[in-house]
Formats: sequence, C-alpha cells, structure tokens
Amino acid sequence: MNSLKTPRLLFAAAGLYVVILVMNLTGLLNDYFLHIINQSLIYVTLTVSLNLINGLTGQFSLGHMGFAAVGAYVSGTITTLLFNVKPTLVNYPIFVLALVIGGLAAALVGVLIGFPSLRLKGDYLAIVTLGFGEIIRTILNNISVVGGPRGLLGIPKFSNFHVVFVVAFVTLVVVRNLAQSSHGRAFLAIRENELAAELVGLNTTRYKVMAFAIGAFFAGVAGGLLGHLLQMAHPTQFGFLGSVLVLIMLYAGGVGSLTGSVIAAFALTFLTETLRMVLDSLSDMTNLPLGDWRMVLYALLLILIMLFRTEGLMGTREAKIVVLKEDQL
Amino acid sequence: MLSVKNLKVAYGQIVALKDVSFEVPAGKIVTLIGANGAGKTTTLRAVSGLEKPVAGSITFKGQEVGGMDAHKLVSLGIAHVPEGRKIFPTLTVRENLELAGWTIKDKAEVRRRMDEVFTFFPRVAERVGQLGGTLSGGEQQMLAVGRAIVTGGDLLLLDEPSMGLAPVLVDEIFDKIVAINKQGTTVLLVEQNAAEALEIADFAYVLETGYTTIAGPADQVSCDAKVREAYLGV
Repeated sequence: MNSLKTPRLLFAAAGLYVVILVMNLTGLLNDYFLHIINQSLIYVTLTVSLNLINGLTGQFSLGHMGFAAVGAYVSGTITTLLFNVKPTLVNYPIFVLALVIGGLAAALVGVLIGFPSLRLKGDYLAIVTLGFGEIIRTILNNISVVGGPRGLLGIPKFSNFHVVFVVAFVTLVVVRNLAQSSHGRAFLAIRENELAAELVGLNTTRYKVMAFAIGAFFAGVAGGLLGHLLQMAHPTQFGFLGSVLVLIMLYAGGVGSLTGSVIAAFALTFLTETLRMVLDSLSDMTNLPLGDWRMVLYALLLILIMLFRTEGLMGTREAKIVVLKEDQL
Repeated sequence: MLSVKNLKVAYGQIVALKDVSFEVPAGKIVTLIGANGAGKTTTLRAVSGLEKPVAGSITFKGQEVGGMDAHKLVSLGIAHVPEGRKIFPTLTVRENLELAGWTIKDKAEVRRRMDEVFTFFPRVAERVGQLGGTLSGGEQQMLAVGRAIVTGGDLLLLDEPSMGLAPVLVDEIFDKIVAINKQGTTVLLVEQNAAEALEIADFAYVLETGYTTIAGPADQVSCDAKVREAYLGV
C-alpha cells in the first residue's frame, strides 16, 4: 500500500522539523513562538482526524472536542492522579502509554457515537454529535476527582515540540494512507452516496464506525497532548466552541483536503494569537474592551469563507507531496 | 432464480407492500409495472436487502435471503441499479467503475469487466476521466448500469432506467438491457414506461397499491384490457 511517496513527505516533515528546531536553538524563534507552533501542530492533528470523519467519510460531526476531552482527561488522570510523575525522560514511557490509552478511550467513545450515525444523516447527525460533546463536557464538569468545573490541574508538562510534531505527522500519514489507498475509497464512496456504496457490496456500517473510531483516537491523542502542554484540562476548553474552531479550520482549509487542514490549522492558530496581541494592545491604547472581539472576527471569517470560497482554501485538492501514488487497480 | 412469496414491507406504520408474489426464472427478463406509489421501488429494495420484510419470503438461488444485508447480497449475485442512478458525483467515471468491483478480489477481472463496459457503452469510455456528476442524465444511467456490470451478478435489478431520459436514449438503454440479458444475466425491471418494458420482457407483473394483481407472459399482459387502459393508454 505504501509507495515511494511516503519518504518524500517524511523528508519534507523532517526538514521542517530541523529548521524549526535550529531556529529555536539559535534564538531566531523564541519559546513563545514555539509554543504557538506546538498548539498549531495539535490543531493539525485535530483537524486532520476530523477530516477523516467529516470530510472524507461525509459524516457531519460537531463533537470532535468531546473526543479530545476524553483523551485529555484519561491521559491526564493517568500521569497526574495515578502515577503523579515528573516530566522527565525516564517517565516518558508512562506519558506515551497514557496518551495511547487516552486515544483508545476516545476511540471507544467514537465507536459508541458512530452507531447513531448508522441511522442518521446530515443535520440530525450534527445535532446528535453536538449533544454528545456537551454531555462529555457536563460529565467532566461534575466529576470532582478530576477537578470538576475547576479542571484537572497540575498535569506534568510532557508535551514538547518533538512529540507534538511526531503525532501530527503520524496522523497525517495514517489518514492520508487510509484515504488514498484503494481500500480507503470506501470512505469516499460513503460520502458520495451511501446507498450506492452499499449496493457495490461495501459494508458501509463497518467503514462509518471505523472512521469514527480512528478519527476519535487521534483526537483523543491530540487532547492528551494539549493537556500535557497547557498543564491542565478544563471542561470549557473542550466545549462546543472548541469543536467549532476545529470545524472552521477544516472548512477554511477545504473539506476533504488534508493539505488544506494542515495549512488552515497553522494559519488560524497564528491568526488567533496575532489577533490576541493586536486587540489587546489596541484595548490598552484606547481603553476599550476590544479583546473580546476576537471571536467575532473569527466567526466573520467563517461567514466570508462560506460566501466567497465555499470549497475552502484547497477544495478537495492535495499538495503533490501529500498524494500517495495511485494504486494500480 | 428469484422467488418472492407473500412479501410484506412496511416503513414504520405505513405498509408499502401488502402481498407481493412473483417469480423470476433464470435467463429471463421480468418486469414489474404499476403507477407511482404502487410499491415497485420498495419491492426491488426488499429483494436487494435495502428493506427488511415484515413477512413473506424472498428466495434467491434456492436460499432464503429476506432480511440479509445489502452488501452481502451483492456477493451472492444480486446487482441493483437504484432509482435516480446514484452515481458517485465527485469521483471520476473510472473510480466509479473501480468501486463497483469492490467485492472482487482479482483486480484483473475488474479491469476486464470495465473494458466490457467500455465496449458496451462507448460514451462512458469517452468520459472515463470526467467526474461522475458532470455527465448528462443518459450518460449517468449508462454509468450506473456499467457499474452493475462490473459488480457482476446473476440477477440485475433495474429501477426506472428510462427516468428522465430523451426517447432516443430510452431506446438505447432498453437495447442494452436486452443485450445484457442475452449474455446470460437475468433481469428484473421496474418501469413506469410500461409499453417499452412489456416489449422487451418475457414475463410481467402489475403492482397496485402493494399487491400483485395481474401476472403472465408479457405479450399476454400487454393485451389485458385493464393494463391497456391504465398503463398503456390505448
């Protein structure tokens, strides 16, 4: 299934990795910027995994952050409450294991949420997934062991540029290989026409649940990374607005384009930070509470995308480097 | 090859098929004709596994298949061309056909069948790199039938293949159906265009509000006074 193109993507990623690392070490890129890059990479993981569910398989999900919440809280509970480990290299295997378990827990939830999707489509599925995300948030809000509304605090800062980068890259490659192999056409077929997919002999149930499980797994891992980056997991962080943010990234990049997801995750994370800085300094100068207008600008951006470039930045196109060699049938 | 007995299918509280029985002998073309809402499409959907029967039996090649999943019936040999074609719009014609060979392990066989489709429908061959959704209605119908050819099967279910097509294309599609049948595929055809359907069919059944009412050899059914008045307009 894997072809010669994987090394090309690998080389490009390795190149980017080295460049960022060197820039950070030489002081060209300060730690604040590196932090934003880490956040961007986590959003890459979230957006690419949502793309598998939403873009490639066509199952409109509004609860992606719910999966991330499961991953963040499960992995955070393991490293913080269960083992209470310090973020040292020796303890790293515990962190990796916690991430994987968090991802698996999210995948399990993904399978559960995948089942209503067998019967529901479009708006109805969107509402079910929205409700699901809110249920997760509310449950977390009420479990005092993990901090309740205060959030799970004091999570060791295991996440760093290296692990965040590797996870984003692995997510991209896995979803890419799934989507572009001849086998992965199953996902596209379901998006295109579920009835016809079933009639060519494709087990649509299996593939829909699979899309939810895999998408949720990576979202769970991303949630775990976020928790161990910010050193906390908070219910509101994983609420509806969070899911919408990922959705905006997906649509801005182009539903169905992994290249678009990567670019949009970076662009919008940086835009958020820039807006934060610009608006904060503006409010300091004018003494007006302009900082809150950030989300308004964000929503406006979404409206503009829908009005003027419905297909997003990339549509369904991919950069050459992300294209797996056509499987010969 | 296919035997349907006392089939009853309901959508929730609404009973769409009350008592439908018919036989499709191997190698023949059988048509179900009837008005809108008579239950023609529902009958086909039940045969291909898209609807689960409430009562009655569907026997295919001697095996009870009522209630089986549609994707499993595909490998048993039932190919269903659904109403409204249902092609994959943003995949290319080639990808549409490749996907149709999903259940076939031997990819050389898929390619052989695709070539068969291309000789059968030269128009489809010309459009091979184009997106399915950009084809004209007639070409989409050809692609849908072509997809069923690739999927393969001993029984081909066709739901309103003439819908929305220009008369000249209707003739072409019906010619192809006869040709497919001559190659050994049994055909179950659902049509509103009763005249054309009766012309090519060996046997015909009339469906009325969920019941099979008239049955017989196609030429006999087309002479039936009620059929002539209600469906043939003469």
